Amino acid sequence: MAATTSQLPATARPTPRRGPRGKRLRTVGFHTGASLLSAIWFLPIALILIISVRSTDDVLGNGLNALPHSFAPGNYASAWSGGGMEHALINSLIVAVPAVALTLLLGSMAAFALSRYQIPFRRTLILIMLGGNLLPPQILLVPVAKLSQVFGIYDTFTTLIAVEIGFGLGFYVFVLQGFMRSIPTEIQQAALLDGAGPIQIYWRIVLPLSRPALAALAALAFTWIFNDLLWPITVLITESKMPVTPALLTLQGQFVSYWNVIAAGSVIAAIPTVAVFLRFQRHFIAGLNLGAVK
Amino acid sequence: MTLASTQALPSGSATAPPPGSARGRRGPRRFKPFGPSPVLIAFVLVPLLVESVAVFWPAIQGFYISLTRWNGVNPPSYVGLGNYHQMFGDPIFRKALENTAIWLVLFGTISAVGGLGCAMFLQRERRGISIYRAALFLPVTFSLTATALMWQTLYQPDGMLNGLLSGIGLGGWQHAWLANPSTALYAQIVPALWREIGYVMVLYLAGLKGIDPALYEAAKVDGASAWQQFRNVTLPQLRSVNAVVLSVIVIDSLRSFDVVWALTQGGPYNSSQLLSTYMYQTAFVNTDYGYGCALAVVIFVLAFGVIVSYLIRAFKETD
Repeated sequence: MAATTSQLPATARPTPRRGPRGKRLRTVGFHTGASLLSAIWFLPIALILIISVRSTDDVLGNGLNALPHSFAPGNYASAWSGGGMEHALINSLIVAVPAVALTLLLGSMAAFALSRYQIPFRRTLILIMLGGNLLPPQILLVPVAKLSQVFGIYDTFTTLIAVEIGFGLGFYVFVLQGFMRSIPTEIQQAALLDGAGPIQIYWRIVLPLSRPALAALAALAFTWIFNDLLWPITVLITESKMPVTPALLTLQGQFVSYWNVIAAGSVIAAIPTVAVFLRFQRHFIAGLNLGAVK
Repeated sequence: MTLASTQALPSGSATAPPPGSARGRRGPRRFKPFGPSPVLIAFVLVPLLVESVAVFWPAIQGFYISLTRWNGVNPPSYVGLGNYHQMFGDPIFRKALENTAIWLVLFGTISAVGGLGCAMFLQRERRGISIYRAALFLPVTFSLTATALMWQTLYQPDGMLNGLLSGIGLGGWQHAWLANPSTALYAQIVPALWREIGYVMVLYLAGLKGIDPALYEAAKVDGASAWQQFRNVTLPQLRSVNAVVLSVIVIDSLRSFDVVWALTQGGPYNSSQLLSTYMYQTAFVNTDYGYGCALAVVIFVLAFGVIVSYLIRAFKETD
């Protein structure tokens, strides 16, 4: 967190000892280079957006690279209802929203206890939980699929939500306990004198003060869970239960060579996370750095 | 929730705090003056239990299954290290291991160098900078699967890449990128890189921001060139970020299953097979669970060094 508040290098750095014209030339040079770089990065997205609104006849007849000769927003309708993206989007929200909420609730509970109190084996517990998050998921795939079959909860949203929570939890506990440790002890002591117990201190004091970290992690967790492919295809089998990412693969198989519909489907799949990013941009970037730069 | 908790409070607070606060007055200041109460123990144990059921118990099972032969129908039969022995004679395993190594090295170096380069280029706060940064960061928010499908279109024989090549007079370099065994793997690293570089850039941007400008001033006074400043100020100051970037890259490249699964599923002729895709195929397409878990253990071993170094760093931080 400290990194985000440090002063801007621009103001601290001395201006190069050159005339105003040299400076302007450098500025122009920078903007040319940076625009070029951004353009290269954005080019694939632009092409996909264009292809997604061209008609099938246009794409097949004139080729993928041709200038658009048609405007067919109907591709989005095909992907939305025919390709099952509508249903898949609802499934994704059914999974992602409770998973994010419960992950943050459980993660913040553990982080609260581990950071604000003297729990025996505090450090070991934090590291064990973090270690679980760092495991390559492959080692868990077969056992999770088989265990959920044994318990009769295979192919349910509950299992998928539980796995997403369990697998992510360690990271959130680690990041949140680091954040909560920076909250001054005096606040907690004052609350204690007022007769507040751990639950009140957690719910009324520490949780509201951790809001920046929680917001950052919520944005991140939503993106991760929403974008995940491996767990849904491992614990779900019914086509109609699939969230967006695996549904995109179904759409790909269903609309082979209909690049315009596939493009429209990819755009639909990307919109929710892009929206979260644009809306919570600051939190999102802060979240990426929370676990990293501390 | 809040109502219930206020009711429940007196009992909890009556028992826990007094000994704790007494200890707090005597002990050094950074000692937290609170002892664990049943509520707090539950706060730790419930999440731990969830993670144990969803992660630790299955992980132990995974190691055990790797020592068995199991098709999911008959009960698993113990074969010791038989599955690991089988790997030595398995050409697909060798190919997958080789491809995973290529992926790690190419994906790792290019995204680290590219991410650092972009971060240094876009480091200064000035007008329009956030637009450039956002353009590079945008793909990070896409799922790997959506990214893969976008690039699949661009890789088509009449797609963007071949069009660009013929446009700049390199028509001879055109390929059916994903259908050609010699290009399939490399063609799939590109979309993964397109997504990763923006991520690494953000990590490095934060790291660069944390460097004390006085260090550069001092280097300038000593007459250091731009390259010397980079070598002797920037790189050493970024050491902790470098470690993070390294672990992020290794973990991400071992998780790049999604791209390959969406595009070639390891084909054509296993030419783009990765350990992660081969593991999934073995376990869930061929229902050879024992061998699949053994492959997963190999992935675990590959990631082990990174996991441990990450944990050691975390251990130092949480003192």
